[in-house]
Amino acid sequence: MELLVSSVPLNTRQSGWLWVHCLLVFAFLYLPIVVLVIYSFNGAGVGGFPPRDLTLNWYRILFGDGAIWDAVVNSLEVAGAAVAIALVLGIPAALALDRAQFPGKVLFRRLVLLPLILPGIITGLSLLMLFNEAHTNLSLLTIILGHGTALISVATTEVFAGLQKLDRAQEEASLDLGATYWQTFLRVTLPNLKLSIIGAALLIFTLSMDEIAVSFFLIGRDNTLPLEIWGRLRRGITPEINAVSTVIFLFSLAAIVLWYRLRSRADVTPEIAADSIEPAIQGAQS
Amino acid sequence: MFSRAYRTVVTVPPLLWVTTFLLLPYILMFCYSFWSVSQTQGIVHSCTLENYRQLFSVEVYWQTLLRSMWIAARVTFFSLLLGYPLAYFLSFWAGARKDLYYQLVIIPLWVSYLVRAYAWKTILGSDGVLNTLLQYVHLTKHPLDFLLYSPFAVVLTLTHIYTPFTFLPIYASLEHIPRNLVEASNDLGASPAQTFWRVIFPLSIPGVLAGATFALVLSLGDFLAPLLLGGPSGIMISNIVVSLFGAAYNWPLGAAISLCMLILVVSLLFVSERLEKKWSFS
Amino acid sequence: MATSEQVAQNADVASTRSTLLEVRNVAKSFGKNVVLRDISLQVAEGEFLTILGESGSGKTTLLRIIAGFESATSGELWMGGQRLDVLPPYKRRVNTVFQHYALFPHLTVEQNVGYGLRVEKLPESEIASRVEQALKQVKMTIHAKAKPSRISGGQQQRVALARALVKRPQLLLLDEPLSALDANLRRQMQVELKSLQREVGISFVFVTHDQEEAMVMSDRIALLRMGALEQVATPREIYSHPATAYTAQFIGHTNLLRGEVRDGLLRCESLSWKTTLPAGPALLSLRPEDIRLAGIGVRAGMVHFHGKLQQRAFHGATELLRVESSDGLIFSVRTGTRDEWRGVLEFEFDPADAIPVRASAERD
Repeated sequence: MELLVSSVPLNTRQSGWLWVHCLLVFAFLYLPIVVLVIYSFNGAGVGGFPPRDLTLNWYRILFGDGAIWDAVVNSLEVAGAAVAIALVLGIPAALALDRAQFPGKVLFRRLVLLPLILPGIITGLSLLMLFNEAHTNLSLLTIILGHGTALISVATTEVFAGLQKLDRAQEEASLDLGATYWQTFLRVTLPNLKLSIIGAALLIFTLSMDEIAVSFFLIGRDNTLPLEIWGRLRRGITPEINAVSTVIFLFSLAAIVLWYRLRSRADVTPEIAADSIEPAIQGAQS
Repeated sequence: MFSRAYRTVVTVPPLLWVTTFLLLPYILMFCYSFWSVSQTQGIVHSCTLENYRQLFSVEVYWQTLLRSMWIAARVTFFSLLLGYPLAYFLSFWAGARKDLYYQLVIIPLWVSYLVRAYAWKTILGSDGVLNTLLQYVHLTKHPLDFLLYSPFAVVLTLTHIYTPFTFLPIYASLEHIPRNLVEASNDLGASPAQTFWRVIFPLSIPGVLAGATFALVLSLGDFLAPLLLGGPSGIMISNIVVSLFGAAYNWPLGAAISLCMLILVVSLLFVSERLEKKWSFS
Repeated sequence: MATSEQVAQNADVASTRSTLLEVRNVAKSFGKNVVLRDISLQVAEGEFLTILGESGSGKTTLLRIIAGFESATSGELWMGGQRLDVLPPYKRRVNTVFQHYALFPHLTVEQNVGYGLRVEKLPESEIASRVEQALKQVKMTIHAKAKPSRISGGQQQRVALARALVKRPQLLLLDEPLSALDANLRRQMQVELKSLQREVGISFVFVTHDQEEAMVMSDRIALLRMGALEQVATPREIYSHPATAYTAQFIGHTNLLRGEVRDGLLRCESLSWKTTLPAGPALLSLRPEDIRLAGIGVRAGMVHFHGKLQQRAFHGATELLRVESSDGLIFSVRTGTRDEWRGVLEFEFDPADAIPVRASAERD
């Protein structure tokens, strides 16, 4: 779209204080992460400037920590299940919002998208009360249900955005050529949504791995990784946490690079980058 | 175009799930808020307005609510202050590197909230990086107290968390401004500063509203940062709710407070939506 | 149609009026992509100059360089005795009507038109009266309080025009402003724009790919091809005496004849006639309307050929016939309409109407 490509001769140098402001903001955003990574190698542990005694000790301790590994496995299980639930329900929800008219559609849309913008505590507590009334014990299953419910919204917004970009004429052509609705869905709609779905899956997985607000209230005996870390933090700072945080950071980095690669490969037409993540936010407003 | 069967298959499962796990819980929360708790029987399912009476009369509750709103307001303000110029710079001045910078802003979003909050704790503590650094370069003699376990720490951490959140919708709305409007403004004699205030900013207001709403609502309901960094003076309303569902064991009261929070949030969303519509011109 | 007086005036435009804008050896490349090569052009005071070219010819880039949205890789712009290219767009006495109008969606029609005056910090009373006058000039007074999203494309275009003209620029640039309008509205606007320019009296530089539009509106046409000027002349001149094969084909229809000159005789397949052209290969442009159906008897000096009718296109007032001669040459012939054509027909043309043209340079 030529309307959106600027050829006005602006460059970073001309913007002066704006450029400085941005550097400062970037510094602010990355400072904690940088400190974490550096101090994960600090022999003297957390705090104290300057860092001394470079060591891999904390990492060694981390990898020998059984409870952490258990928590990681739990988190992976939960995340995988959450992705499954969110997609299995979120894809039809997106289709329903895009194509069907039914009573209560507006309420449905608002409910589905609400967990995106609602503080996690409300989602977590309301589900806790449900499980309490239903006399269900808290366990990984309740966490899975919580994550799945909260993250349907992410799947729905991503797939909905993908549907908007889908050319309706392709589906109409498929029907015109004799395919049934189901065949059209499998052969035309789904392949076109492939990238939205994969992007959504990646996002949901990452969000689930990091989720703490909802999980906080639905935890049984088995901890997820964030809650395991949280428990240790309550008991006092251990430098091991720096190491595990650095590892988490590296995985997040890999996830987002992967997600971004997928996005840019998807687009035949140049797309506004913000539109990829933005639906999640805009969706909450609509 | 789509058959009845297709529409039913597609609509019913999500509808059922959402009703069971979203609508029903909210209704339950509503019910809980009218119940009470007793020593012997646990949660008593009989209706009373006691919880709401307590919420509005007991000082610590509404004082904490006000403090939470004030913290949330500051977080929103600073997030916008940091996020808007960043978005403006990326959209209009970054040129070829725009994509790269965008990724750089997004990365912190993907890094665990807990990890980042914890990191600030290690930086701000009296033995933390910042204090020891300041002492090392002889700027201070003793560790600065207010850095940690204070509202300051909470505002700082939450601003850090939510700046990328305010950035995203502002950036999106800026990107949607057709560049020929900027050229037209220049063509008609407006300097870059005039162009910004007369054309770019008005057209970005929906994005600003969306970002501000996000930051406001989420920081209002936050309980992790206050728990980690807030200390006694930094307690927010969600912490009270957490303790009511934990050690203080008064679920109905907790439900009442949560319900109020839910209503507050939904009202904010409603107002924000209205304003956004008023300011959108496309 | 123009009177002979106006024709004479048009031909003299470049010479009798003073120069307003001078483009000196302007070249522009985007990385390795050369978009404009060594363009030198003068725009006279009060003239309507059209920069005509296909997409990719560089015409929009040239316009944007004049407006200030691109800077030339080399060369200079001079206006009114001062260098123009060193000034940012907001300091130039040049205004633009954009291709997609670029009206500010958050301002009313009135506020859009007054925008350029407000940034100059003129007093509100003056702004109000000038805006009112500008709106009257483009006949948009009724819609003054409307937002751009509520008015039609044609109306938006008028507002864009008013917004630029109200600034009283020395030069108005128009970037294909009529391309988004449907055919009838387009023709109407062409006439209105032309008379508006006459009324306001300032120089217009108009960019288009539509050669008919260029011919209808312009005092002079600058034909741009692959970044270089092919020919700059009045519409009549460019039509009747195209300099190159490209010009002949781009503007109007033509027949390109390839022939060989030897001993004062030009031969083109079986056709031949006397010529003063130098010996060697020759390229000629012959307009379809210069070929006529031969009447009874052979007229002196005419070239004759027989042709079989292959296709005909009905154009309302005339027809364009596609005819194959006995030695395989294809001709386009423009004639009056007739219900039926039969068999092999005889055509004639005056060899003086076959204009020699240069082959167009191959650009890399």
